Amino acid sequence: MDFTVALAQIKPKLGCLDDNMALIEAAIEKGISEGAHLVVFPELALTGYFLKDLVPDVAIGLDAPQIARLKLLSQRISIAIGLVEVTADYRFFNTALYLEGGEILQVHRKVYLPTYGLFDEQRYLARGEHFRAFDTRFGRVGMLICEDMWHLSAPYILAMDGATTLICLSSSPGRGISGAEGLGSADAWQKLTSTTAMFLNCRVLYCNRVGYEDGINFWGGSEVIAPSGEVAARGSLLEEDFVLARVEEGALRRERIFSPMMRDENLAITVKELKRIDRERG
Amino acid sequence: MGTLTVNTALLRKILVGFVHDEVTKVGVRKGVLGLSGGIDSALVAYIAAEALGPENVYAYTMPYRTSNPESEAHAKLVADALGINYQVLEITPMVDAYFALVPEADNMRRGNKMARERMTILYDHSAAVGGLVLGTSNKTELLLGYGTLHGDMASALNPIGDIYKSQVWELSEAMGVPREVIDKKPSADLWAGQTDEQELGFSYRDADELLYRMVDQRMNRDELIAAGFAPEFIDNVHKKVQGSHFKRRLPVIAKVSNRTIDRDFRYARDWGK
Repeated sequence: MDFTVALAQIKPKLGCLDDNMALIEAAIEKGISEGAHLVVFPELALTGYFLKDLVPDVAIGLDAPQIARLKLLSQRISIAIGLVEVTADYRFFNTALYLEGGEILQVHRKVYLPTYGLFDEQRYLARGEHFRAFDTRFGRVGMLICEDMWHLSAPYILAMDGATTLICLSSSPGRGISGAEGLGSADAWQKLTSTTAMFLNCRVLYCNRVGYEDGINFWGGSEVIAPSGEVAARGSLLEEDFVLARVEEGALRRERIFSPMMRDENLAITVKELKRIDRERG
Repeated sequence: MGTLTVNTALLRKILVGFVHDEVTKVGVRKGVLGLSGGIDSALVAYIAAEALGPENVYAYTMPYRTSNPESEAHAKLVADALGINYQVLEITPMVDAYFALVPEADNMRRGNKMARERMTILYDHSAAVGGLVLGTSNKTELLLGYGTLHGDMASALNPIGDIYKSQVWELSEAMGVPREVIDKKPSADLWAGQTDEQELGFSYRDADELLYRMVDQRMNRDELIAAGFAPEFIDNVHKKVQGSHFKRRLPVIAKVSNRTIDRDFRYARDWGK
């Protein structure tokens, strides 16, 4: 179906659940009043990003009151949002929830926790173990959290699992200033979102946050990418924004007729070769 | 060159946004800085005026009796051009009173004392006006350790600490820092005729080209030699970076508990902001 997506390019406050919840609810209401059917938030929208030892303090269970409120709101608009989840065995996950019709339809726990350069996620967070597509009113969807998307296998698995829409929630720090027009990290992401859409004949809905944490900026630039790889909408760089874009079923249908790579993708060969590699690695 | 060239429009946006965000999120609107008459503090004044509004920027020139009068004139030029709050506060009486007690002190001790005297004045004015002290050390100085610990290196936040001197020049051009300030030779202005490059023994341009490859690109010694840098120059700069590392870290704390500050008690400074 055709639908309108809103990318809430917000600026969360570090470790302030109540403030961020207010920000999130305001964006959801805005999405509803602007006629959006789906609103996408950044990674860790509820908590902020460089949490370090704050992780246990800001983590919530899936039965938390904040999530009950989001469930209620999801009766009026579908929601994809990032937060820190604590499980009954006290593991803490960088989690993305997809809520629709008053229910949580999917819990994606970030698999690839970057722990290099300025990142230190694996020190504080447990690693997710699944990439699973799921059915929504917009068709089959797959969710990724930031670094997940930098691993080719992740969007590939989701697309092979039938996803035609990839939602990526991100808190990407801006870095790599040079003589070029764009910021290094923004340029790299823009190549990635577009190429991923093109390779997998999927739409990509990418929501990145803005603001600064301890001098580190988040560059925003949230995007809706058509299955052709073309940019359908892009949020402003480094500033809060609310990107509204119409997503047309026809564009997906036409791209899948024009470039039927996913139809021809051979799962059996891929599985066979990966098994061989696994075997040979011992 | 080339590698150090920056998109000044984008860099300006990030640094102005940084000052605005990091100052206002702690609940204040003002910034305080020492304006030496040199390019680094001039650039920070330009960034701060754009981020906070000139009426919220408080700049102080703090000359000693041996300071070059041209420095004060250049500082005033910058303050007037921006319309920021500006005051001159002589440090001669306090510094001379102290060195009357220790007359044997050499130039280095005198220079450090002056830098720390200025720091105490800035922090006092930070409390007086209710603003944060803005740092004015660039990446080249910070890496070479060419600054006084707890003196000019002290600040609440530093917008230019991740850009090299060459990039300071480039951004200053783009932001309209007065020509006289851009063109003059960098100097700590501790005595007449002193220049940074003379004291360091190499030019900032050369140091930047080397540091960029050594630090940002992580080229090893062999790769740097192959890129055309003299081994003695590489070793000299490397020694300065390593030897001054203590200046870039918090004091070392003896660990005895399970949660030691900064070791396993880790929070962002923007915790709750």
